Amino acid sequence: MKRSGIGKARLLQGNEACVRGALYAGVEFFAGYPITPSTEVAEAMARELPRNGGKFIQMEDEIASIAAVIGASNAGCKAMTATSGPGYSLMQENIGYAYMTETPCVIINVQRGGPSTGLPTKIAQSDTMQARWGTHGDYTAIAVAPSTVKECFEETVRAFNLSERFRTPVTVLSDEVLGHMREMMVIPEKGELEVTERHKPDVPHEWYKHFEISPSFVSPMASFGEGYRYNVTGLTHDEDGFPTANPIEIKNKMEKLRFKIERFADEIHKIRMDMMDDAHFTVVSYGSVSRAARQAVTMARERRIKVGAIQLRTIWPFPDMKLREMFAGVRKVIVAELNMGQLVNEIKRVAPRHTEVFSLARYDGEVMTPHQILEKIREVIK
Amino acid sequence: MTAANGKKHGKKEQTDRYEIRLSGSGGQGLILAGVILATAIGVGDGKNAVQTQSYGPEARGGASRADVVVSEQEIYYPKTMKLDLLLALTQEACDRYYPDMKEGGILVIDTSLVTQVPTKKYYGFPFVRLAREEIGHAMVANVIALGAIAELAGIVTKESLKEAVLERAPRGTEEKNEKALELGFKIAREAKRKA
Repeated sequence: MKRSGIGKARLLQGNEACVRGALYAGVEFFAGYPITPSTEVAEAMARELPRNGGKFIQMEDEIASIAAVIGASNAGCKAMTATSGPGYSLMQENIGYAYMTETPCVIINVQRGGPSTGLPTKIAQSDTMQARWGTHGDYTAIAVAPSTVKECFEETVRAFNLSERFRTPVTVLSDEVLGHMREMMVIPEKGELEVTERHKPDVPHEWYKHFEISPSFVSPMASFGEGYRYNVTGLTHDEDGFPTANPIEIKNKMEKLRFKIERFADEIHKIRMDMMDDAHFTVVSYGSVSRAARQAVTMARERRIKVGAIQLRTIWPFPDMKLREMFAGVRKVIVAELNMGQLVNEIKRVAPRHTEVFSLARYDGEVMTPHQILEKIREVIK
Repeated sequence: MTAANGKKHGKKEQTDRYEIRLSGSGGQGLILAGVILATAIGVGDGKNAVQTQSYGPEARGGASRADVVVSEQEIYYPKTMKLDLLLALTQEACDRYYPDMKEGGILVIDTSLVTQVPTKKYYGFPFVRLAREEIGHAMVANVIALGAIAELAGIVTKESLKEAVLERAPRGTEEKNEKALELGFKIAREAKRKA
C-alpha cells in the first residue's frame, strides 16, 4: 500500500520476521524439519531463499538438519535452521559439535510446552536452560530473545552477527505466541542495521591454523575448498584441528571456547528497561512475557507503585554485572517466566543481598497475563 | 542497552487501546478478516496493531477467532484483556466470548445464526444472508462484517480498509468485495441512526 510517510511498514508474523531478519543478515542456507510452532519459518524460507540465491533443503529429521547446517557453514555459507523443543533436543549432539568445531550457525527455537512432544500449539519458555546447557561438556552459549515482531527481525540479525563474530552457534529463543502473532514493522533499509561478515584468514596457506589460539580468542575461518589445510573433528583438538591428549592444548581449547565469548559479554548483553529510574521493585522477564510485564508495570504505576520492568534480550551469557548494577536501588524482584522457575535461579545468583527475589512461574500452556503479574506485584510489596 | 521510555514515569495506562475479537466458526474467513483489519489500521492508518489467534485443535472446525489490538502508542500486551468490540457469527462464539467484553462494549452478531443474545444492547445484521442474497456469494459475509465494524467502532478509516480488502481479494472478485464492504458501511450507518 502506498501512503506517504509510512514507507515499508507491513504486517508480519513473528516467524516471518525471523526469516526477513535472516535474509537481511545474508543467510545463504537453510536446512530444517518443520515442527509446530516454528513451521512458518521453514515455509517462508522455502519460498524466499531460492529467490535470493540461497539453498533450502528439508531434511529427514532435525539431527540431519543441523548437520547439514554445520556442513554448509564450513563451506562458507551463513547457515541456519528453525525448530521447537523436540527438534532442539534432537539437535543437541550436533550443536555440541558446532561448539567444538567453532562453526557459526543460527538455531531459532520457537518454544512450546515440554518435556517430550509436550504441547505443540501452546506457549512455554521451558527451554531457557536447554539453550545454555543443552549439549554435554563445558562451553559458553549465546542465546538472544525477542519480545515483539520487530525484535524477531532484529534478534535474528544479531544472532547471525554474533555467530559469525564469535564462530559459535547462537540460539534465538522465540515462543509460540510471538511466532504466530502479526504486528506492524518497518523492514530496515540496507545499512541501517549492522551486518557482520566472517573473519577470513589473510596468511599464506601453510601458516594457517583453523583453531589458532590468538589474543583476540576468535580465529579467522577458512572455508572448505579455499586451499587451506586443516582438520575438523569433535574430538578435543590442537590448533590445526587434530585430536590431542596434551593437557596444555586441552586447557587452551577449553578456555578458548569460554573466553572468546565471556571476554566480550558486555558487547553481547542487551537489556530493555521500562520505568526503572526510581523503581523500588522490578519485574524481570524475557520474550512475550515481557510485554505482559510492561503492561502490568504501567497498571501498577497508575496505582502509585514504584515498579519497573527489565526485559532480557540476551539470555546467555547471563548479564550478571549489568543486573547487579540495576538492582542497586531495588528491594524486591519478581521473575516472571513460562516454566517452573529457570531464570529465577540465575537472578537469585546475581541479586545483591538487599534484594529479595520472587518467582512467578506459569506452566499450564497459557500466556502470562498483566493481571497475574499485577497481583504478584501487590502481593510481594506488602 | 535501551531505556525505551525510562523517563515516562507515571505514564497513563493505554487509554486509546482498543480490543476487537472476530469470532465464529472455521471457514467463515475470520482470521483473514483479522489480518485485513490489522493491515488497514497498521499499514493504511499508521497506528499500531497486533493480531493474534487461537491455535491448536480447538481452532480446527468448531470455534474460530481472531483478535486485533489497536493503539496509537506502543502495544505492550498483545493479547486481549477486555473486548471493546465483539463480532459473533455463531451462537457458540457469542456464548463463549460475551463474558470477555468490556462494560459498554459493542456486540455485533449475525442475526441469522445467533438467536439467543445475552443482552439487549447489540447490533444485529444478517451478514451471511446478505452476502448470499445481495452480493451473490456467501464467502463475503466477513467483508460485510468488516464494513459494519468500521462504521460502528470508527477505529479504521474506510479508505484504508477498502485498500486492504482489495489487496487481499482474489482476482476477479474485487467488485464483489467492494460492494460487500459498501453494504457493510451502509447497514451499520442505518442501524446507528435508528439506535
